[in-house]
Amino acid sequence: MITPWMNAHLLTFLVFAPFIWGVLLMLFPERQAPLVKLLAILGATGILAIAAVQLLRAQPDVLGRVAVERFHWFSAVGIPVEYHLSVDGLNIWLVILTVFLVPLTMLGTWHSLSHKAGTALALFLMLESGMLGALVAQDLLLFYLFWEAMLLPMYFLIGVWGGSERRYAATKFMLFTLSGSLLWLVALLYMAGKAGSFSPAVMAQAAAALPGSAQNLLFLAFAVAFAIKVPLFPLHTWLPDAHTEAPTAGSVILAGVLLKLGSYGFLRFAIPIFPDAALHFAKPMAALSVIAIVYGALVAMMQTDIKKLVAYSSVSHMGFVMLGIASMTLIGTQGAMLQMLNHGISTGALFLLVGMIYDRAHTRRIADFGGVATKMPVFTAFFLIVTLSSIGLPLTNGFAGEFLILNGTYLSGFGWGRAMACVATLGVLLSAAYMLWMVKRVFWGPANPDPESGTAHLHADLNLREIAVMLPLVALIFWMGIHPSTFLAHSEAHVARALVQAQAPAPRGAAVLPEVK
Amino acid sequence: MQRIAWLIPVLPLAGAAFHGLLGRRAGKKAVTAVALGTVGISFILSLVLFFAAKGADAHRLDYTYFEWMTVGTLKVPFGLVFDPLSTVMALVVSGIGALIHLYSVGYMWEEEGYARYFCYLNLFVFFMLTLVLGSSLPLLFVGWEGVGLCSYLLIGYYIETDYAPAAGLKAFLFNRVGDLGMTMGMMALFATFGTLTVADILVKAGHMSPEVTCGVLTFATLMMFVGATGKSAQIPLYLWLPDAMAGPTPVSALIHAATMVTSGIYLICRLAPVFELTPTTLTVVAWTGGLTALFAATIGLFQRDIKKVLAYSTVSQLGYMFLGLGAAGFAAGFFHVFTHAWFKALLFLGAGSVIHGLHHQQDLFKMGGLKAKMPITFWTMVIATLCIMGFPGTSGFFSKDEILYLAYLKSPALYVIGLLGAACTAFYMWRLMGLAFWGEPRDHHAHDHAHESPWTMTGPLAVLAVGALLAGLLGIPKIWGGHFAIEGWLEPSLTYGKAEVAEAAEHGSHALAWGLMGLSTLVASGCALAGFLIYSKGTAAEEAFAERHPLLYRVLSNKYYVDEGVETFILAPVRWLGNLGWKLFDVILIDGVGVNLPGAVTRIAGDFTARTQTGRVRNYALGMAFGTVLLLWIFLK
Repeated sequence: MITPWMNAHLLTFLVFAPFIWGVLLMLFPERQAPLVKLLAILGATGILAIAAVQLLRAQPDVLGRVAVERFHWFSAVGIPVEYHLSVDGLNIWLVILTVFLVPLTMLGTWHSLSHKAGTALALFLMLESGMLGALVAQDLLLFYLFWEAMLLPMYFLIGVWGGSERRYAATKFMLFTLSGSLLWLVALLYMAGKAGSFSPAVMAQAAAALPGSAQNLLFLAFAVAFAIKVPLFPLHTWLPDAHTEAPTAGSVILAGVLLKLGSYGFLRFAIPIFPDAALHFAKPMAALSVIAIVYGALVAMMQTDIKKLVAYSSVSHMGFVMLGIASMTLIGTQGAMLQMLNHGISTGALFLLVGMIYDRAHTRRIADFGGVATKMPVFTAFFLIVTLSSIGLPLTNGFAGEFLILNGTYLSGFGWGRAMACVATLGVLLSAAYMLWMVKRVFWGPANPDPESGTAHLHADLNLREIAVMLPLVALIFWMGIHPSTFLAHSEAHVARALVQAQAPAPRGAAVLPEVK
Repeated sequence: MQRIAWLIPVLPLAGAAFHGLLGRRAGKKAVTAVALGTVGISFILSLVLFFAAKGADAHRLDYTYFEWMTVGTLKVPFGLVFDPLSTVMALVVSGIGALIHLYSVGYMWEEEGYARYFCYLNLFVFFMLTLVLGSSLPLLFVGWEGVGLCSYLLIGYYIETDYAPAAGLKAFLFNRVGDLGMTMGMMALFATFGTLTVADILVKAGHMSPEVTCGVLTFATLMMFVGATGKSAQIPLYLWLPDAMAGPTPVSALIHAATMVTSGIYLICRLAPVFELTPTTLTVVAWTGGLTALFAATIGLFQRDIKKVLAYSTVSQLGYMFLGLGAAGFAAGFFHVFTHAWFKALLFLGAGSVIHGLHHQQDLFKMGGLKAKMPITFWTMVIATLCIMGFPGTSGFFSKDEILYLAYLKSPALYVIGLLGAACTAFYMWRLMGLAFWGEPRDHHAHDHAHESPWTMTGPLAVLAVGALLAGLLGIPKIWGGHFAIEGWLEPSLTYGKAEVAEAAEHGSHALAWGLMGLSTLVASGCALAGFLIYSKGTAAEEAFAERHPLLYRVLSNKYYVDEGVETFILAPVRWLGNLGWKLFDVILIDGVGVNLPGAVTRIAGDFTARTQTGRVRNYALGMAFGTVLLLWIFLK
């Protein structure tokens, strides 16, 4: 009886099961926290298993969708709102990334949450629901609802369980995101009125009939909301605060999934609905991305707090994602797809590792460490591998993504594409500079002689639980680096189709050469 | 063949995985067996593939294993290519690599991080073989960045010191600057040719008409050359190599002398037909190489650390290789790679043997009189020194003179630069020999405890010495009755994809060749004799020189203060920029003016308007009355 229902409503189950599970867990009293933690992890693992098996096993239909649910929900002032969920090439790996990171993060931060751990995990599951809903929603109003719903659990996670500046960070996070999405809501409702529907396909037809300047304005309203989430320079300053103040689990999910919803929003909605406006703004978007890459890296280099350094590295890495999207080429966009997953894995892993050392040393200041390698060799090995992935060493995931993005940008049709690609390579150099300089100061060298230093508080290397958390991440780092086709094959057709809509110009250069037999 | 070929790079990788995961538990003997075994088998398989490729069509075997990155028109397979160029290089890497693994057993036996050391060393061999055998530029780049990583790890091997990790970081970052160039070069080549597979690029380049080749190809090759200057330590990216001597000495021999640092030359040889289309780039290559050869040689004159002398000598010799490439003598440049690999590895291992014997004494001024104490080390190093100074009949003589001859044909000025560099080389090498092995011991405690090294170390020295003497046979020039065999041998690789192979044009005359050869031999021998006579008596002469020319001596022994310049004019401004961006832009402009100021204004405005909410009925009533009057006035006006 369950199976046929599951087959028909897989996505509804995936979206709402974490929420319901979280509500149930809230009923347990505080002293049962270990049991609640265990139940939360088991529940999240179960969702991972179901999602991975069902989504990867299913045969895609002609549109590349592996799971769809669609029916009329209600009508507001004559405009129908649909309950339309689907998983296709564009979001399948982001969905799996989400359900994969959640249980892993819970396991990785088992001891990190000091008080009201049960409530935190329940909020975490609700957050998972919000993210999954936003990822699979195909109706714009539905998407908007999930988009805003994600904010609340994150707000509380930062504001209640965060560090010393948590209230400032939580408020900043909330206000930044809200101010963007309110503007977007106006544009969204305007478009819905014009199109008589919240379906992106119908909206795209209606948008095409609008004058160019109107399209540009509407696209900007969409783009700003998504760009804040990414975050794109200069709308990024909420991120370092939110990342640094959030508890480890919050940082992992924030970096791993939440930021991706911004870039995903571009690919799923903003660009397909307003292809001409997207092309019109491709060049400034690419320029901002390049600035984000270089600027984020430069600022990351000067940080004194490891976690803040990783946070600023996110600005730089997400700049690569946006550059790939703005290139409007198949290679660049596919690179951006891969880079989204890469950043989720690598930066997620980095935040987990920073959390592990913080739990031991109760400090994150780089100057408080030194000589950690001799004290924690296993931790050092993991940190080094993740660092290498983050700085894009070939055979790790970081390289494949950045390489595709840079090549795509070089081929892009807008002016200065080649110059921008060349400037963006600076990000690869600077990422090595800030990450390895930090590694040198934290891990190498003689042990910090100060008896109050962080190094002096490191007594135990990683335990089995922590190793079990890191192993799958490391395996993914290499898998995605050596065989990225596993992750790229799903989205290629979808991205190619979307780019035809955007009337992407043919790549230059290749055409001028004579064919060789 | 295809079924075993992939084992050549993958076996050392498996070895590295073994050392990394199980090495500490398995013990030093197991680590030794696995490390030597994997590299040894790789060498044997390389030999097999070398002969297989020789017998194959067009002297070339192309194996594709699986697709790596495939997006739209960008297709990058995991494939290996075996042709004369790649197999010779693979033999050098795995052969000299195996010898240095053996040497390391003796050198590193006492170290606690024995397994870690061999993990990195095996990993290095894997990446180096990937670099050499990879069939496409991105795969070559895998090896390219991978050897940089291993270099970083091995330079920083003594992790508990301050200087070693710093040197490792410096090496990685300088290499990355070069890697940016290579990335840009790949992007430009992909945009031009629509493929990144080396064979396809060469075929398309071979069919290219000269008028298309300006701009973008010059950019691509120049950027590739920037990559080469990073890895092969040329001006301006040579600064990391002398610092890299902080690593264990066998590492300096394998990575920073024989193999990794020559990958820049290998890259240019791999793409030789493309470089030939861009004469501008070749001129840049020749001049950069020539200037580096002389510049580094002058720094080598007054270094006191035995390994630093050898490091600058490596930078200088790499310069000669680029000089050869730039003069369109790809075979000559590569020939010097081949001979240099033998004698420079030998010099480093000899220096390592001295350092090992003197219990980590590296200061030449504290050595002296070791001739009798370490006979095998001494004689093998004499052979290597004769090779590097270009003594007639040795391998270095043939390879360096071929380069100088080609340099003369390109431009006599380049020849003069090369000749001056060779003079310095002969001088500082015999200075080194004189200081270390002749004269009175200047540190009696160290000298009394000095001893010859165990067979695991002297064995490789002997093998390398024989190799260093015989390597020249491959390239005996025509005027000596040979036929510069290596050129014909490498031809299938260097001219791959060309529509028609032009007959090598003969320039110059025999008389010219003899003349140049005689001149350089004379100059080198004279300088060698001078260096030997001055320094075999001790350090007094140099101290007197330092007193007479304090400025010159200080500038040279401080390496022209380039490191200090980089710190002041590049690194400090970059850090300043980062701080400026963070403090000014993020904290003051965006967060201050953009975020917190509106927040504060809102709060103040709220506080102010809240004052009107007094809670007293008479205030509200007054307000209502005023409002009513106002409304009435507006509407009834």
